[in-house]
Amino acid sequence: MSALLLRDMRLAMRAGGGFGLSLAFFLIVVVLVPFGVGPEMGLLSKIAPGILWVGALLACLLSLDRIFALDFEDGTLDLLATAPLPLEAMVSVKSLAHWITTGLPLVLAAPVLGVLLGLQSDAFYWIVLSLFLGTPALSVIGTFGAALTVGLKRGGLLLSLLVLPLYVPTLIFGAELARRGIAGMDVGTPMSLLLGITFASIALLPFASAAVLKINLR
Amino acid sequence: MSLWEYANPVKFLSFSGKIVPWFAAGAAFFIAVGLYWGYFLTPDDYKQGSTVKIIYLHVPAALIAINAWFMMLVASLIWLIRRHHVSALAAKAAAPIGIVMTLITLITGALWGQPMWGTWWAWDPRLTSFLILFLFYLGYVALWAAIDNPDTAADLTSVLCMVGSVFAVLSRYAVLFWNQGLHQGASLSLDKEKNVADVFYQPLLMSITGFVLLFVALVLIGTRTEIRIRRASALLARERG
Repeated sequence: MSALLLRDMRLAMRAGGGFGLSLAFFLIVVVLVPFGVGPEMGLLSKIAPGILWVGALLACLLSLDRIFALDFEDGTLDLLATAPLPLEAMVSVKSLAHWITTGLPLVLAAPVLGVLLGLQSDAFYWIVLSLFLGTPALSVIGTFGAALTVGLKRGGLLLSLLVLPLYVPTLIFGAELARRGIAGMDVGTPMSLLLGITFASIALLPFASAAVLKINLR
Repeated sequence: MSLWEYANPVKFLSFSGKIVPWFAAGAAFFIAVGLYWGYFLTPDDYKQGSTVKIIYLHVPAALIAINAWFMMLVASLIWLIRRHHVSALAAKAAAPIGIVMTLITLITGALWGQPMWGTWWAWDPRLTSFLILFLFYLGYVALWAAIDNPDTAADLTSVLCMVGSVFAVLSRYAVLFWNQGLHQGASLSLDKEKNVADVFYQPLLMSITGFVLLFVALVLIGTRTEIRIRRASALLARERG
């Protein structure tokens, strides 16, 4: 398992893996928003948690099809499926690798981009915390979407259509957690609900992803 | 004699062929009577004026939009567990109807909301969850359309339907948490003594009955079409091969 994890991470980080790509995309989304809504710092800092969350979500989406597509093309996926490792574990490891190479950098980059949006320094904590708790769910849900569309030629657009509605609850609770935290309100409810979604996705979705992958490899 | 007999496409075709006209005629009758009664024979509401009459389209469509997804879930489960093709095709046939019903609900709701709430759209939990439901339907239909192999498509969409159901319910309660609503509570529920004033209630029930019959008829017709498409493509494949 750790070998697979290391392999996936290495592949993602080396040239052509698109490691920097989603980060750059995140940066561009955040840079473009002020051009769209105007340079008022007050307004920007108010909508900053939402922008950062939506930006992270889109950046995450961008890299989803890489989870399985390349391995599917060169046959690695068939080998992995016949390996002694259960398919569920393989899928989980792939989600983990995706989170480490995409989700975690996004979490770490968020405060830097928050500066551009005029976030106060005490808001950084809530942005990072909510993204840190929420992005694992994005990776796991995205892995399910990637597994659904792995055999398709032009799966990219379809993948976003399938995955984005599934992201709605995570986005709502994540952004709500950040917003309430920044406003100094009680964060118990959104935080526990966000954690609930994250943990439940990690626990249950790999089974669905593995089942779907099995169908696609048939 | 059991329900599973109709999992046989031939049996299903002959049986559904017999009952479709009845359902279609019933749907036409109930919708016509319900709408005519509702639109022309009931008084205007004392507060809402004639806009109240949109209820005869809005509520039945919303009911079907939600229950179509539920029916797809049951059909998908039957397909995954018992591998009856008719069931998978019925789920496929129900999805476009669900899309249309969701759209009808959203559009009639917007038409009603403009004069009543002063806005076409508000990010109200009910409105938002319907919009999300619409997106789920779109994804489901797109996945069916994208996959060539019918069995693979049926499998994948079934799993998507199951996972989607969980997330649709999650989203429903997430948006409830996210924004408190403008929309009134449920107009109809079984455990209430009296739901809507009788003058509006009776034509509404007619209209709902009509919409349910319409849904059944459309699903049956859609399933029959799908079965025939399968047959035609099987014949074509045989001729070529």
